[in-house]
Amino acid sequence: MPSLGADMTAGILVKWLVKPGDLVKKRDIIAVVETDKAAIEIEVYETGVIEALLVEPGRKVPVGTVLAVIRSKGKPQTIKTKLADSSAAPSPASAPRIKASPYARRLAAESALPLADINGSGPDGAVTAADVSRAIPPLPAQSGSTDQPTAMRRAIAAAMTRSKREIPHYYLQTKVELSRTSHWLSAINGQRPISQRLLPVIPLIRAVVLALAEVPELNGHWRDDRLVPAEAVHLGFAVSLRRGGLIAPAILNAEDKTPEQLMTALGDLINRARKGGLRSSEISDATISVTSLGELGVETVYGVIYPPQVALIGFGKTIEQPWAENGMLGVRPVLSVTLAADHRASDGHRGAQFLDALNHFLQEPEKL
Amino acid sequence: MMSDTEKARKITYREAIREAIRDAMHRDDRVFLMGEDVGRYGGCFAVTKGLLEEFGRERIRDTPLSESAFVGAGIGAALGGMRPIVEIMTINFSLLAADQIINNAATYLHMSGGQFNVPLVIRSATGGGRQLAAQHSHSLEGWYAHIPGIKVLSPATIEDARGMLWTALEDPDPVLIFENTGLYNLEGTLAADAGAVDIDQARIRRAGRDITIISYSASLHKSLAAAELLAGEGIEAEVVDLRTLRPLDEAPFLESVAKTHRALIVDEGWRSGSLAAEVSARIMEGAFYELDCPVARLCSAEVPMPYARHLEEAALPQVEGIVNLVRNMVRGNG
Repeated sequence: MPSLGADMTAGILVKWLVKPGDLVKKRDIIAVVETDKAAIEIEVYETGVIEALLVEPGRKVPVGTVLAVIRSKGKPQTIKTKLADSSAAPSPASAPRIKASPYARRLAAESALPLADINGSGPDGAVTAADVSRAIPPLPAQSGSTDQPTAMRRAIAAAMTRSKREIPHYYLQTKVELSRTSHWLSAINGQRPISQRLLPVIPLIRAVVLALAEVPELNGHWRDDRLVPAEAVHLGFAVSLRRGGLIAPAILNAEDKTPEQLMTALGDLINRARKGGLRSSEISDATISVTSLGELGVETVYGVIYPPQVALIGFGKTIEQPWAENGMLGVRPVLSVTLAADHRASDGHRGAQFLDALNHFLQEPEKL
Repeated sequence: MMSDTEKARKITYREAIREAIRDAMHRDDRVFLMGEDVGRYGGCFAVTKGLLEEFGRERIRDTPLSESAFVGAGIGAALGGMRPIVEIMTINFSLLAADQIINNAATYLHMSGGQFNVPLVIRSATGGGRQLAAQHSHSLEGWYAHIPGIKVLSPATIEDARGMLWTALEDPDPVLIFENTGLYNLEGTLAADAGAVDIDQARIRRAGRDITIISYSASLHKSLAAAELLAGEGIEAEVVDLRTLRPLDEAPFLESVAKTHRALIVDEGWRSGSLAAEVSARIMEGAFYELDCPVARLCSAEVPMPYARHLEEAALPQVEGIVNLVRNMVRGNG
């Protein structure tokens, strides 16, 4: 079970899209997993033959549980097919029988908790119902699709609490004069049918990607007390969901994409975020996130970084306002851009250089 | 009819049974009582005191000391259309009539191809705790609960002492009613309109959530006392009174166990082959996946009942033992 979010502890294996004997290759979607936030399509990172599916559909298992065994081509069959059912008879050789009350076994099975992971407090260390109740993660056992908004709220709460507890945020804010980008965008869109037009946020995303190449320490993850810079830019884009809550799936490899490709990718992403069908890599791999609240009239966004990422870019509303340039006062479209960054990974100086680079690209939109 | 039931009043278990007998005698001419010392002596446990004077020798009959003979006579009277109440002084002596009860009363309906019901009621004292020693103190009602063809009642409350007899007399088949000697002096309030009660349902006598204590007869009161003490420690025990040992009404205790996930059976019978064993098996069959710890039993020590007070007390289930067992079960050390 892959971790599909900073505070995901368990997921429900909704269905398998492959069966034993199927040939799979890297990036194939092999299963659908339901997390507190959404149903996610699980990609595979190995090429080989599915040897065994170890988790039955409908089961909730902790992150890190082996879901399936894939045999690499040419290697002999290594593992005997066995369902990883907590209540199934253990293999006689290795696993000793776990003592647990019948009621505790039933509760554990209903919560998809492996009995082996539960400390028993009964006689001879037998697992009792109270032990199972203690071991159930704070997400209630029934948190499935029925309890989605609350589960989503809890997931957001956990991630954001962790962020504010662990990440020493610093915030930089600047104003970007946007008339050149606006003209550029109007010129491009003017030649296109409505369905192919670029959203105003596309040049902003493209500028973020380009600016990150100059300040790469904002793009990556903070792991084990150090910054792990990312090679690619997987740009998470915060999407508010109509039923409440939000999710920030990533435009994968945004550094390779033209504005047109970014537009296609973003449209697809938002659509799937709201309808379901996001891929696991889109959920777990974001290296930086962008949030845009401008269309709601918010002038400036001070974002909370999504751990383990180290930076978040906030775009506010583009406002027509007085703007002095070359000793002349004019009315220009002006955008408020913020950077929330992890001070462990970068310093304000580098953050300022990033915003400067971002501004620079937006003043020369033809380079986007 | 009864003249002394105008309003709720204090009454003993003994008086409640006497009242039930008087009520039945008034209601139905076919009802009569016979047994050892029930007439002139007023009953070994003074249950039938005054009945000879009220109803006369025809209907309150002292018998010779032959349980087999007078139980057999009761069966004959029942077959002949009467509604006899046969008193066997204590359950220990019922063994002398076991052949009449088990081989005759319990089988006639079956062996006559359904032609002959035996509407016989046998009352008998049971149980220990009164220093009457090994030949007068055993609790054998669990044995009778093994026998198809009879019903076995165990009234533990004033209401049941008052109400079970009439329903038993109305039953077309043999019914055994066992009165625990330790309960005869039990005092309680009886409602003005108290009368016949059902004889086929167990009852929840105290509601709780942490453990189900299943009991009957005198042990019920020990279980309730233990539940009261446990409540002071925050442990809420649900107490089930079986009331009828055969046929067992298992739904109430199975439902209770499904709620509490723990079960203790308190039974004054000996542990091996006891009614407690039967209840335990029913729980395993009907509520296995609800159990959070093994079903526990507190029964009498497997010895002939001692005479010495302290030894007798040690042999019988006691409140302290119930409290300790429950505490361990609920706190996970059981």
